Amino acid sequence: MASGELTSSAYIKHHLQNLTYGKFPDGHWGFAENAIEAKEMGFMAFHVDTLGFSFVLGVLFLFLFAKAAKRASIDAPSGFQNFVESIIDFIDDNVRGSFKGQNPMVAPLALTTFIWIFLMNTMDLVPVDWLPVLAQKIGELFGADPHHVYLKVVPTTDPNMTFGMSIGIFLLILFYSVKEKGLGGFVGELTLHPFGKWMLPANLFLEGVNLLAKPVSLALRLFGNMYAGEMIFILCALLPFWIQWSLSLPWAIFHILIVTLQAFIFMTLVIVYMDMAHQKEH
Amino acid sequence: MNINLTLVGETIMFAMFVWFCMKFIWPPLVEAMAARKKSIEDGLQAAERGKEEHAQAKQNSEELLANTKNQAADIIANADKQANVMIDNAKGAASEEADKIKVHAKAELDQEIVKARNELKGQVSTLVMRGVNSVLEKEVDAKTHKDMLSKLSKSL
Repeated sequence: MASGELTSSAYIKHHLQNLTYGKFPDGHWGFAENAIEAKEMGFMAFHVDTLGFSFVLGVLFLFLFAKAAKRASIDAPSGFQNFVESIIDFIDDNVRGSFKGQNPMVAPLALTTFIWIFLMNTMDLVPVDWLPVLAQKIGELFGADPHHVYLKVVPTTDPNMTFGMSIGIFLLILFYSVKEKGLGGFVGELTLHPFGKWMLPANLFLEGVNLLAKPVSLALRLFGNMYAGEMIFILCALLPFWIQWSLSLPWAIFHILIVTLQAFIFMTLVIVYMDMAHQKEH
Repeated sequence: MNINLTLVGETIMFAMFVWFCMKFIWPPLVEAMAARKKSIEDGLQAAERGKEEHAQAKQNSEELLANTKNQAADIIANADKQANVMIDNAKGAASEEADKIKVHAKAELDQEIVKARNELKGQVSTLVMRGVNSVLEKEVDAKTHKDMLSKLSKSL
C-alpha cells in the first residue's frame, strides 16, 4: 500500500520500474536511481530483478525436475514424481499431436518453455507489495534510499524477458528451416510463395512479415497479458486495504487461468513454429 | 521498459535451461515412463497367458483324472473276472480230483471184494473138501475127484 506522501501515479510508476544496473552516460557502472537515469543508460544495462527472478525460477524448475528425473524408475511413482510425470505426459501428447518431424530437442524445449513461463507468470499472484517492500527494507539496510530501490517481481512483464525468449525461438526457427530445407529451400519458401516467381518482391514481403510476426507476436502476447494483469493488481492495491480483496481476489482467481493459459499458448506456438520449420513440402 | 542487455541475458539463460532440460531431465523421465509402460503391458500379457495356462492345466488334469478313473474301473472289473475264472477253474479241478479219488477208491474196493471172495471161495472149497473127506472117507478118492471139486469150487 502506498505510504502517506506517495501519489497514486508515483506508486504505479515505482512498481513498473525495473531495478536497473548499467553504464551511466559518464562511463561508470551502477544502479539507476530513477526512470530517467535508467533510460539514459540505453542498451548497456541489465534489469537485475528480471534476470534474478527468471534465473531463480528456472533453476527451481530444473532442480525439481532433475531430482524427479534422477529418481525416475520402472517402479510405481509417488508424490511429486507423479506430478512431474503427468506434466511430461501432457507435454509429450502436445508435441506428438502438433510436431510431425524428428527432433529430440522440441519436447524438452516445450517443457522448459511451459514450466518456466508458468513459474514466472505465477509470481504475479504474490501480493504486489510484498517483495518490493522487502527489497526496499533490504536496500535501506545497505544504505540505499528506499524510494530508489525498485523491484519488478514478474519477469514476464518485462519485454526484455519475453523478447529474449522469442528471439531464441526465432533463431531456432531459422536454424532448423535452413537445416531441414537447405538454404535454397528456405529462401525459395520465402520468395516463391504465394504468387509464383513473377511476384517475387510481394512474396518476400508477405513471407517476411509472416516470419517476423512469429517472434514478435509470441513476445508481445505474453508481455501484454502479464503486464495488463500486473497493472490491475497494482490498481487494486490503490484501494483502501479493507476493500482491496473485493477486486484483487476475483482477479487473482481469474488470473490463475491467464497464468496457465499464456504459458500453454506460448508452448503450443513454439511447437507449431518448430513443426513449420521442419516441414519440407511447400 | 527499456530494451537492453537483459534481452541477451535472457536468451542465453533460455538456451542454457533448454540444453540442461534436454540433457538431464527429458530423456531419463521419458525412458523410465516408457519402460514402466512396457513392463505393465508385459505383466498384463503374462497374467493373461498364466490364466490360459491355468485353465489348460485344469482341463488336462481333469481329463487325466477321468482317464485314470476309467482305467482303475477296468482293472477292477478285469480282476473280478479273473478271480471268478480262477474260482471256477479251482472248483472244476477240485470236483475232477474228487471224482478221480472216488473212482480209484471204488476200484480198490472192488478189487478187495474180488480178492476176499476168491479167498473165501478157496477156503469154502477146502472146507467142503474136508467135509466131504470126512463124510466120504473111503468112497471118495481125493485124487480122482480133485478135478470135480476144483470145478465146483470155481463155480462157487
